[in-house]
Amino acid sequence: MAKITFITTDDENITLEADSGSVMALAVENGVQGIDGDCGGVCSCATCHVHVKPEHMSKTGDASEIEQDMLELDDNVNEFSRLCCQIEITEDLDGLELTVAG
Amino acid sequence: MKKSTMADPFAQVRKEKGFATVSDQDDPVTMMLRLKDVRKCAHNAKTFSSEDIPGRIVVPSEVNIRTTRQIPFEVDPPKHKGFRGLLDPWFKRPLENEYKQKLHSIVDKLVTENLAGNSVEVINEFSLVLQSRALTLLLNTPFEDSIQWISWGTHVFRSEGDALDGDKAQVLYDYLDEKLDQALANPTDDLFSVLLGAEVDGKKMSKEEAKGVLILTFAGGRDTVINAVSNSIAYLADHPESLKRLRDEPEIRGKAIEEFIRYFSPLTHMGRVVKEDTQVCEHAAKADSRISLCWASANRDETVFENPNEIVLDRKMNPHVGFGFSHHNCLGATHARQILSTLIDVLCDKVGSIDLLETEDNIEEWDDFHRKVGYEKLVVKFNPK
Ligand code: HEM
Ligand code: FES
Repeated sequence: MAKITFITTDDENITLEADSGSVMALAVENGVQGIDGDCGGVCSCATCHVHVKPEHMSKTGDASEIEQDMLELDDNVNEFSRLCCQIEITEDLDGLELTVAG
Repeated sequence: MKKSTMADPFAQVRKEKGFATVSDQDDPVTMMLRLKDVRKCAHNAKTFSSEDIPGRIVVPSEVNIRTTRQIPFEVDPPKHKGFRGLLDPWFKRPLENEYKQKLHSIVDKLVTENLAGNSVEVINEFSLVLQSRALTLLLNTPFEDSIQWISWGTHVFRSEGDALDGDKAQVLYDYLDEKLDQALANPTDDLFSVLLGAEVDGKKMSKEEAKGVLILTFAGGRDTVINAVSNSIAYLADHPESLKRLRDEPEIRGKAIEEFIRYFSPLTHMGRVVKEDTQVCEHAAKADSRISLCWASANRDETVFENPNEIVLDRKMNPHVGFGFSHHNCLGATHARQILSTLIDVLCDKVGSIDLLETEDNIEEWDDFHRKVGYEKLVVKFNPK
């Protein structure tokens, strides 16, 4: 099991638990404000953009080139940006904190 | 080559040059063919604007046949954002359970009626009917309104030769004027009334602005949805193993829909007006000239997509631009995705196989590029499961 915390743009803290699937799917199933997941997770819509807590970057790893190309043109991009449909849930993510980029 | 195959006419030029200038009336268009360039130009609305003379960003240009500005489509940021902020929640309604259930019964009824044993001409007897009936949900209007929309036929906003015909477009404009006047007199909870009662950036929406939104929901969501639905049916008829796979593995249906949108690219391209002298793809683009963002070519870019000319039902990385990209990405995408997803669910549930009986391709011509975008005629037989 991994506990993952989402901080929404209205500063709401939501902690959810799961052991598989994508982080985007977890957020959408639980109605996390600002994560829409329009394309269902194939890296085409960028409606699942989050900022990873800086010290947690090693948990999530880096974005692939295709994901980076998508993020590059997103208005709220920074060095901690990820499209969370591209993050698979595993034990290693336990304690992860993500801020919805909105 | 199978009948449902859709070739990529842009491959060679995309690889060698990345762009191509094609003629359109007296206003040529430089088509951007590579995914990265298409995305960059779509994002850079300052240099590549959607807000020029109404109709100019459409290819073929509609400047001679309309004066109403389409909204939010022909408005640049930051004004664009105010309109999208108003429209986005309404156009997300397809995610609500009640909407999904109503759409399911529309699709289920149509498929069931067509299972009776006779052959079906999909474009007119199925896709147009489905598109029109589903639109009553999006606009929140009575189901019966779809009867009139269906009676307009598939060519209502085009003339026979595919060139644009002002008289035909007038059918829609007159209809919208009448509906908007009715909504002004007797407001209801349909999109006509909602728009007329809305405020954007503190200003009440005018009748002309409301009309500008509605033209787009009727015209922009018509051929695109008809082609997406028809092409999906032709593909599944031609590939019985894919219908079986979608039935056995419901978890891949969402990915399959994105892949259909990528492969079919129901909207080939959309224009922009260059606002300052610049370069695109190492080619000079002069102020006041036109470029276009060729979604169909970008979606086959071999530097991004593996096996770009194949439908890979469970393609995992699929950064397609079939619904556009950035500011103006498709407002109707939630509705369109819900239609395709419901269609696949119902076909998997009710239909065992589909016989592909007759096809006549619908080919668009942009100078030397000839692109199949769908079918003029598509006759199939749905066999019950
Ligand atoms: C499979 C079906 C569809 C496809 C492939 C499609 C494709 C597209 C594309 C590529 C764009 C971007 C245009 C640009 O950047 O200039 C777009 C925009 C748009 N589409 Fe769709 N579309 C579809 C269905 C619909 C439907 C059903 C509606 C509404 C009923 C709709 C309404 C719009 C609107 C209003 C815009 C402009 C959004 C803006 O400017 O902010 N589309 N569509
Ligand atoms: S859900 Fe579409 S890019 Fe992540």
